[in-house]
Amino acid sequence: MSELIEMQNISLKAAEMVEEGRVHKALYSDPAIFEEELDKVFNNTWVYVGHESEVPDAGCYKTAWVGRQPVILSRDRKMNLHVLQNRCRHRGATVCEGRKGKTKSFTCPYHGWGYGLDGALRALPKPEEYEGVLDKNELPLERLRVETYQGLVFATYREDLESLYDFLGGARKWIDLFMKQGGGYPVKVLGEHRFNFPGNWKIQLENTTDAYHFPIIHKSFITSLDDATADIFDFLHGDGFVEDLGNGHSVMVMIPELVDLEDNLDQPIPPRFQKLADELRAEGRSEEEVQKLVRAAHGTGFNLNLFPNVSCSMAFLRVLRPVSVGETEIQHVALGGAGAPAPFNRKRMRLHEHFQGPMGFGTPDDGEAWERVHKGSQAGQDGWILVNRGMNNLHQSPDGNVAGAVCSETGMRGAYRQYKKVMAAGEDK
Amino acid sequence: MSTQTQILNDVTAFIWHESDLLDHKGYQDWLQLWNEDGLYIVPAEFNADGNYEDTLNLALDDADMRSMRVARLENGESVSANSTGNTIRMVSRVRVLEAGDDLVIARCAMTLNEMRHGKLVTYPADVEYRLQPTGDGYRLAGKVVRLMHADSFLRTVSFIF
Repeated sequence: MSELIEMQNISLKAAEMVEEGRVHKALYSDPAIFEEELDKVFNNTWVYVGHESEVPDAGCYKTAWVGRQPVILSRDRKMNLHVLQNRCRHRGATVCEGRKGKTKSFTCPYHGWGYGLDGALRALPKPEEYEGVLDKNELPLERLRVETYQGLVFATYREDLESLYDFLGGARKWIDLFMKQGGGYPVKVLGEHRFNFPGNWKIQLENTTDAYHFPIIHKSFITSLDDATADIFDFLHGDGFVEDLGNGHSVMVMIPELVDLEDNLDQPIPPRFQKLADELRAEGRSEEEVQKLVRAAHGTGFNLNLFPNVSCSMAFLRVLRPVSVGETEIQHVALGGAGAPAPFNRKRMRLHEHFQGPMGFGTPDDGEAWERVHKGSQAGQDGWILVNRGMNNLHQSPDGNVAGAVCSETGMRGAYRQYKKVMAAGEDK
Repeated sequence: MSTQTQILNDVTAFIWHESDLLDHKGYQDWLQLWNEDGLYIVPAEFNADGNYEDTLNLALDDADMRSMRVARLENGESVSANSTGNTIRMVSRVRVLEAGDDLVIARCAMTLNEMRHGKLVTYPADVEYRLQPTGDGYRLAGKVVRLMHADSFLRTVSFIF
């Protein structure tokens, strides 16, 4: 009996490892906590699975993940979106292995069960042996609940969860601003970079709301910029801020003058966009459109972190997937304008390649830091990770939220508060 | 020696020289191999079509970006570049696809090995070279590195393929 009590006492309760201003390092390395996270976080909240522009037409699909579970985002003939478990109802094989494409149906390669784009089980070979045994209507690919906001597609297993609209809450205003970077055209996915790092997913979650690291670890990127652009990225002493938007979401405004890309359209063309402006003028674009596209090409001046797995990060989407307690996969999704002038989308892709992805001038240094966090945090029997920066200097934002300095860890605290809430759910009081 | 064999020998010698420069971080000499308008390209999909400028790549470097990439690897400011040791690449299966007077196109197989924080990471790739013959050997007019990993997930890279 005493043994049992002792075991309970030392068992790691993740929710108790989050305090305001610090989190226990076991959250990065304990396999049992990781398993609990897959259930309590990823199976119990809205998880980002893709952007509508990735499945533009009827019959389009892309494969994605909800935590560790493979899913398919598809668009049926009536243009409805579906998120389906990628698991044949017969013996469990995946029914779709492509990353994206177009199809009329999903057919299991093992025994040929065929499913529609909405997941309905349409046909199976030699059905006579199932007469009176199974009803096809009862065996569709299992569907997740799907809702979208501004083209961002989220899915959840929970029918009783609040709407996506409510879950995003204070983040919606910032998503609206983020989506102005199509330059007057609908935002469209142009491609993606994929890489992984040997470390826990929350190290990445923290990073997109961490301005403090930028001038330090990304010095080599800043050196590669022209002086005017380097000045823009010298934002730690500026008027930026981090605002806790609730539900684990936060926004980190690094460059306040680039919050609304439809404002200030009368600025001179910066040197690094001169070639783009010339190309647009050569295409016969009006000066007004040139200004609008050039300003949109910058991307926004903020990172919007959406708990738990996506960040609208300046000019692109950063999507994380927890693979194991010590491995995380990341996609850097490049964005442009659907139908926008080719020089605009080209410039957006070149800027993305410059910083993002496994060969960019920024990401490899982030990756090095995250790997070291994961490795170094294993040292010692006990220890805490500090997320208390800027707790001495908080204020209330115009929207009534808690906000701190641009290089404060306000966003991390917001994410961990939500984490604590969902990890505590269902635990004995 | 037949003309075709001579060209294959010359091309292979150039590719091995280039490989040796990159493995031993002879980046300044590597920059000198290039034509001003040449592009160094690492597509984000193994089977990317040839329209690289209208596609997202892992890298699409013109002369300016090549110089900046080398500066980043050499100037000591990048923590990931500082912690990257030498790479070792094997190049084989060299085949000359076209041998014109102005342009030679060749394709080869490459496997690059990197020791990253004590773990061996291996990158198999299909590499295409565009080489411009001059009186003084070849100039590099284009290089496309198709990584098998491109269709999956890479580790971060602070060297040049």
